[in-house]
Amino acid sequence: MQFFNEFTQTIINGVAIGCIYGMVALGFVLIYKSTEVINFAQGELLMLGAFIAYSLITMLHFPYWLALITTILAMGIVGALLERVVLRPLVGEPAYAIVIVTIGISYFIKSVVSMIPGWGTDTYGFKTPFTDKYVRSGELVVSWEYISIIAIALLLIAAVFLFFRYSRMGTAMRATSQNQLAAVYMGISVTRVFSLTWTIAAALGGIGGILLAPITFVHMNMGFIGLKAVPAAVLGGFTSPPGAIVGGLIIGITESLAGVYLPDGWKDIAAWIILIGVLIIRPQGLFGIQEKKKV
Amino acid sequence: MAFFQAQDISISFGGVQALNRVNFTVNQGEIFSIIGPNGAGKTTIFNCINRFYDLTGGVFLLEGKSISHAKPHDIADLGIARTFQNIELFKNMTVLDNLILGRHRKRRSNIFTEMLFIKPVRLQEIRSREKAEEIIDFLDLEAHRDQLVVNLPYGVQKTVELGRALAMEPTLLLLDEPTSGLNMEESEDLAFWLSDMKEELGITVIMVEHNMRFVKQTTDRVLAIDFGQAIVEGETNEVLTNPDVMRAYLGEENVCNA
Amino acid sequence: MRFLMKTDYYQDIRIFKYRSTFFWYVALIIGCLLLPKVVDEYLVSQFSFICIYAVAAVGLMLLTGFTGQISMGHAAFFAIGSYTSAILTSHGVPFLIALPASGLVAAIVGVIIGRPILHLTGLYLAIATMGAAFIIEEILVRWESLTNGNMGFLVDPPVIFGFNFDTEASFFYLSLLVLALTLLLAKNILRSPTGRAFIAIRDSEIAAEAMGIDLPNFKTQAFAISAFFTGIAGCLYAHKIMFINPESYTIVLSIELLAIVIIGGLGSLHGAVFGSMFFIFLPQLIIISKDYLPTFIQDQTGLQPALFGLLIVLVMLFEPMGIYGKWLKTKFYFEWFPLYKKDSFKREKKYQKAERH
Repeated sequence: MQFFNEFTQTIINGVAIGCIYGMVALGFVLIYKSTEVINFAQGELLMLGAFIAYSLITMLHFPYWLALITTILAMGIVGALLERVVLRPLVGEPAYAIVIVTIGISYFIKSVVSMIPGWGTDTYGFKTPFTDKYVRSGELVVSWEYISIIAIALLLIAAVFLFFRYSRMGTAMRATSQNQLAAVYMGISVTRVFSLTWTIAAALGGIGGILLAPITFVHMNMGFIGLKAVPAAVLGGFTSPPGAIVGGLIIGITESLAGVYLPDGWKDIAAWIILIGVLIIRPQGLFGIQEKKKV
Repeated sequence: MAFFQAQDISISFGGVQALNRVNFTVNQGEIFSIIGPNGAGKTTIFNCINRFYDLTGGVFLLEGKSISHAKPHDIADLGIARTFQNIELFKNMTVLDNLILGRHRKRRSNIFTEMLFIKPVRLQEIRSREKAEEIIDFLDLEAHRDQLVVNLPYGVQKTVELGRALAMEPTLLLLDEPTSGLNMEESEDLAFWLSDMKEELGITVIMVEHNMRFVKQTTDRVLAIDFGQAIVEGETNEVLTNPDVMRAYLGEENVCNA
Repeated sequence: MRFLMKTDYYQDIRIFKYRSTFFWYVALIIGCLLLPKVVDEYLVSQFSFICIYAVAAVGLMLLTGFTGQISMGHAAFFAIGSYTSAILTSHGVPFLIALPASGLVAAIVGVIIGRPILHLTGLYLAIATMGAAFIIEEILVRWESLTNGNMGFLVDPPVIFGFNFDTEASFFYLSLLVLALTLLLAKNILRSPTGRAFIAIRDSEIAAEAMGIDLPNFKTQAFAISAFFTGIAGCLYAHKIMFINPESYTIVLSIELLAIVIIGGLGSLHGAVFGSMFFIFLPQLIIISKDYLPTFIQDQTGLQPALFGLLIVLVMLFEPMGIYGKWLKTKFYFEWFPLYKKDSFKREKKYQKAERH
């Protein structure tokens, strides 16, 4: 029974972290699908979102939900700005140039955050309506914090899927990711699609930051979690949004289990070992489609 | 004995039967064409010979020996060279370097001797260049020798690709739609080169071609296929006037009206 | 404009195309040799770092710039080079043996890692190499009996035949020599069949295969030779900073190496050197220019990485082909003066079409 409780707890923690990985991974996938670029600044966007939410809640005394929505909007604007100022001039340039630019952006965001008064290099936390509240069922104790993360993440992910599946703009975005030229001929504004992609990706990063804050606290190096979301995205095939979520869950649960049942050190590399193992057997990831060039 | 033979070759992708028990025979030193409407499976035959795809049934025989278990890169060592429908050149290299790359299978050095660039490596390089210059001469590419392929017009790129295949000193040459995108003049040049290759170098050629005039002008024998099935194989004139072939190309009604 | 009348096939093969090129390289070498006499010790040590990073960048350039295989895990090979040399020299093995040994060990690990993952393409390969690097980093931390874990390792300056390279100037000469040899070996590979096979793989895997190039074999060779040079650089690095621990070899270093080759200009050996110069000098320039900024900004520790990030973005915005691309354009401008037009290098606008469905 003791073992069962511990195990369930570990799994729930893993699912919660996995949902956050999944959300960051979804940001990777969206940007990759529309521009064939990995956005290395995704982790820093998450960190920025966490800091914005922290300021809103502790300095401006916003209620949690209002802060959540404001942060989403603010991060959306940041994403759109980044696209307009830095990435739009690079459309049509080789993908590696753009990848390096996103690395530059991540350096920049991180250092600027460290210089902003009141943010800096310290670690902060903020209270949410779920802090210190627990659900008990017999011996099993689950924190509301984790349940809320899972619920909010699933809700937002569902919203993104519905948007892609049923809205006009969502369809336009899917079309553009397949064939830009054909999309242009169909009268789709590719620039609008890109800017919206970055807006959504940045917003997802921001939400990831808010949700992650109660678990890891808010600090400058939060962005490293962005790197953990990379194997999640790859496991899912990097082009498949549902794959990204499943990949995130796999990584989250494995890490959480490795942290409890394996010796020190395994937790950090468990995700990568699984990733390499999967890629050796299935080079296209779990949900990706094998690409073969036609000649 | 036949030089090159396909016996009952079949391949399917998912549920689609792209080739269904196709047979054909190519004799030493002849120019052999495969014709058929778009999507009939012509390029797929080449991709199977090259081992980019695995056959699901049947076998290719080169001088009586099966090549169906060779690795893709071993096909070049068997003396089979090819060109591609949509040009697969090494775009950021010069024409000369592309041709020299055709000499890869003649390489006798390894990375260690090359790192030190010892004398045999140097001599090998010079020999490769001599051979490449012969091909430049043969195909009139002098003007473009040191240009990057990416900057060349389409027709010249096609010629470079032919040259690269010739640099491999093949015994069997596969040409995938060699005249597509070429103008009249360039097609005529190609016809001359083909007959030269046949007469002087003794190369056997299999080509996939849509231009019937070109096929008539250059080819000894023809195989017509449609929907992955062989319709008829035989002498060029015989095949081109075959009612089944005309039907495959023109459709039922048009043949009746004609 | 220069025209070269070719009378001999060897003219195409030799390293220096024109006599003037040879002259300029000799001048460059003499300039480098005189450097320690002219600038102060601190700058000389920065030049040593340029050489070290350039050696690693040449390694990565062979893999990423010429073979088209992106690695985001080269910090691991750099680390393996460092640790191999540190461990060997601490057991009394002479530096002259430890130096090639560190490259060899890195190359062997490269083959072991590379063989199973090199059938991956593009992004997937990049991320698999990144994962491999994380795992190697963790091994360095945990295998304490060999590596001292997070405590780190003290390393002595290199000694060759009794001569101790403990001054900045002597170490600079040593790293310059290693860099020159690296460039020569890399250039030799590139002008022979293996190098051409690498480039062929980059430009079209399918055509390369049809030419008889054994893809897995040549990709592994590219990976091994790349790891070899990076390992050599790691060895020099360890003996330069004289203290190593796993924290010096994180993903940040991998990404920095990748940034060096891309900023320098993919597909050229010059680019590897230019990129390293940019990477080492930029922070120096930022430090110098700090004096001219208002004090409240000066004191920010985040200023340097922020400017660094900003400059990377700006360089790529204005010259996506990297510094070597700019260099070629400048040369072209002078050679063709006054025929150069602003649009001579205008790129055609490209639309992407995914090959997935």
